[in-house]
Amino acid sequence: MNEYEQAQQTFFEESRDMLRQIEDALLALESNTHDDETLNGLFRAAHTIKGSAGLFGFDRIGSFTHEVETVLDRLRAGEIALNGDLAALLLESGDHIGHLLAETADGSDQPETDAAGAALKSRLLAWCPSPGIGKVAVSTPSAPAVASPERPWHIAVDFGPSIFRDGMDPLSFIRYLGTKGDVIGVTTRIDAMPAADAFDPEVCHLGFDILLEAQCTKADLTAVFDFVKDDCELRITAPDAEVERWIGVLQGMPAHGKRIGEMLVNCGAVTQHELTRALSTQQDTDGVAPPIGALLVAQNSVPDQVLQVAVTRQRDQRTEESRFIRVQADKLDSLITLVGELVIAGAGANLLARRAGEPRLLESTQVITDLVEEIRNGALQMRMVQIGETFNRFRRVVRDVSRELGKEIDLEISGADTELDKSVVEKIADPLMHLVRNAMDHGIEMPDVRTARGKAPGGLMRLNAFHDSGSIVIEVIDDGRGLDRDRILQKAWERGQVPANTELPDDEVFDLIFTAGFSTAEKVTSLSGRGVGMDVVRRNIEALRGTVKLSSRPGEGTVVSIRLPLTLAIIDGFLVSVGPASYVVPLDMVVECIELPENTPNGASYLNLRGEVLPFLRLRDVFGIEAPPPVHHNVVVVRNGTSHAGLVVDRLMGEFQTVIKPLGKLFRNLQGIGGSTILGTGEVALILDVQALIDSATRNAARQDGTTTREHTAESAFGDAATSSTEN
Amino acid sequence: MTRTAEAATVSAVARQFLTFQLGGEMYAVGILRIKEIIEYGALTAVPMMPTFIRGVINLRGSVVPVVDLRARFGAGPTAIGRRTCIVIVEIEADGESQVVGVLVDAVHEVLDIADADIEPAPSFGTQIRPDFVAGMGKVAGNFVILLDLARVLAVDEMASVAAAADADALPPVH
Repeated sequence: MNEYEQAQQTFFEESRDMLRQIEDALLALESNTHDDETLNGLFRAAHTIKGSAGLFGFDRIGSFTHEVETVLDRLRAGEIALNGDLAALLLESGDHIGHLLAETADGSDQPETDAAGAALKSRLLAWCPSPGIGKVAVSTPSAPAVASPERPWHIAVDFGPSIFRDGMDPLSFIRYLGTKGDVIGVTTRIDAMPAADAFDPEVCHLGFDILLEAQCTKADLTAVFDFVKDDCELRITAPDAEVERWIGVLQGMPAHGKRIGEMLVNCGAVTQHELTRALSTQQDTDGVAPPIGALLVAQNSVPDQVLQVAVTRQRDQRTEESRFIRVQADKLDSLITLVGELVIAGAGANLLARRAGEPRLLESTQVITDLVEEIRNGALQMRMVQIGETFNRFRRVVRDVSRELGKEIDLEISGADTELDKSVVEKIADPLMHLVRNAMDHGIEMPDVRTARGKAPGGLMRLNAFHDSGSIVIEVIDDGRGLDRDRILQKAWERGQVPANTELPDDEVFDLIFTAGFSTAEKVTSLSGRGVGMDVVRRNIEALRGTVKLSSRPGEGTVVSIRLPLTLAIIDGFLVSVGPASYVVPLDMVVECIELPENTPNGASYLNLRGEVLPFLRLRDVFGIEAPPPVHHNVVVVRNGTSHAGLVVDRLMGEFQTVIKPLGKLFRNLQGIGGSTILGTGEVALILDVQALIDSATRNAARQDGTTTREHTAESAFGDAATSSTEN
Repeated sequence: MTRTAEAATVSAVARQFLTFQLGGEMYAVGILRIKEIIEYGALTAVPMMPTFIRGVINLRGSVVPVVDLRARFGAGPTAIGRRTCIVIVEIEADGESQVVGVLVDAVHEVLDIADADIEPAPSFGTQIRPDFVAGMGKVAGNFVILLDLARVLAVDEMASVAAAADADALPPVH
């Protein structure tokens, strides 16, 4: 890939980001109609796409985005207001730009897309009537009255000679300033105007002195002139109140080393553009360059008193910036793999040092091990992303689908900052989409039905995420009609999935809707009802080694909770051994460890833990390990939902942190083992999936209900177990 | 590893095969899928899996499953001896490549076998399932069974056998 292609690639990626921003901004604006910051962001994003597309000569993208930008400009200037139709149109236009981007990226321009684009364009044009000629007088802006500062802002602007040719209209800037506050006076400077015969109507000779009363920052005002910032001389003098505010901010700013210019920019006294200009002046100066502060004062960017405050606040010369960089995911993956091997190698060295018994060697390997672990934690953290971004995509989905269905549905998001591995995030989006659509289509009722049932007419979808015992739980919640338990059961009887007239517990009934081809919908819509979906959802989630559960109350709604492991995440494990093999129990599942009372009979599967029954599994039996048993057994008490359960093991070997290595496809049907990890000795240890172990033991117990072997041993064990209970 | 696919990759030259010993019988596999051969050691058994899945090993940081070929052929587990080896091979499953270790009694040599010396697999008569046999190679007057590794190590099939075994294995009977 040459540099040009790389630059194009960057353009496509950035434009997609911009589109996402546009979408987010539009959705935000729809719910909160006037927010200048969001509007500006919206406009800037469209403008950036247009500009960059022009740079690469992608005229299809550029010309269409131009129309969008025009409408956005009017929106920003407050000439039109955002309503549902306009938002829908703009969202569609955003999608269209996305199509154009995709087609341009793989060089497959479709004529149909152009036709769709033309249709959109004409609809966009309807929102911007061509401006009347002669409509140049400065209209008195009617901004809402704000508490005026004592002295107004003074803005002196000299437009560059080329701005007419660039298609800019100086008056539009002044009009736009009017939306920021009250323009109380405009003086036009015509000193630069040449004599009539030298006058060129295409060259701009104008300058303005504007007095503005507004509650805003210097950056806000500079942003107004963003599009001509390279072609105009802009000097903004702040009112006294604002100068005092800057000083206040400067004094409260953390004192760790920043450059003077940076401090002034951060407190809002100087804009980035002014700073850049001063810096270039500084560089161009021959000999001893004047300090940046003096230059800023000289170019009227900052009052001297503010500069003095900044200078006194300044400490050492260290820059500190938080920025994002784009890294290819596979680079990160190979780094993590390497770090993982480093951890194992480090642990191996540590083991050797311990055997050698050389204290200084031991100490130095320990330091290395600690550092490596820090590196690994950092590396793993890099792969963790917040689920919020995935959730936010559903704002659009909910909005579109609720319009399509004629329902009013709001989306509420919580737990957006819950982190999970990037690879999991990518794969969970599709199942979530199914669930959300399903809930909106089947779950939430039409407004009139809701009102009749005494609910608010608008439905509510909620997406929630949280960490729980080493997994992440994602919930899709609706407040709709809930599942019709009887209908599902009826359907299952009809389909012969369940023997007719057999009753089932609630959770098993709800589980039926995850079977292939199951649908209780009366009519098939474009969204759902074909019975494809829920089984796919479950399959996808299980492929991530997750589980999905459903609970529902008639008339109140449904909660689908998806539990996913944090694959690749660091887990804190508790190492135990059974026979020759080592196993890892996720530490957050472990409640305590006890010794198995010596007189617990071989057949018993429960013990008395401080007066409570603790059922336990003998891993030795479950795993069919035949090595000779040790004298003493230990029990790891683990969480099992709200109650506890025990795992009987040979030895307890303590806590350690570990990287999960997936076991691969061959073991995908294996229940009870969640993955593997490599120990310091180079040996592989298996990570137990405690929940699955207990679940399958529960299922087996239910299946064996009344069969001989179990009952017999339990019976004979009963007496002894009773005596052993006094032991505790 | 169908014969046509193999032929396409190695043109007209005689193809190379690795021969190894398994329960007294000689087998061979094409060398193209073989990544390396390592000594047997430090294997972690995975519980609740059929006997032919011997366990997993740590191959320089990745966890690789090891298939006991003798058990896979239904002849009981391999006894570990001095010359026991794990042959690491790469197989394709659903478009993804998967690295699997194969446990064999002893590895012999790499042989050139010309296409003309390869007979089609007999429909019966071999000790193992006919679909595991890609052909019979003639080496110094004797026949060597050429294995179809893609079939022998079919991940889907092995995983489903594992699932069945899992269901049977779970009830702890004392």
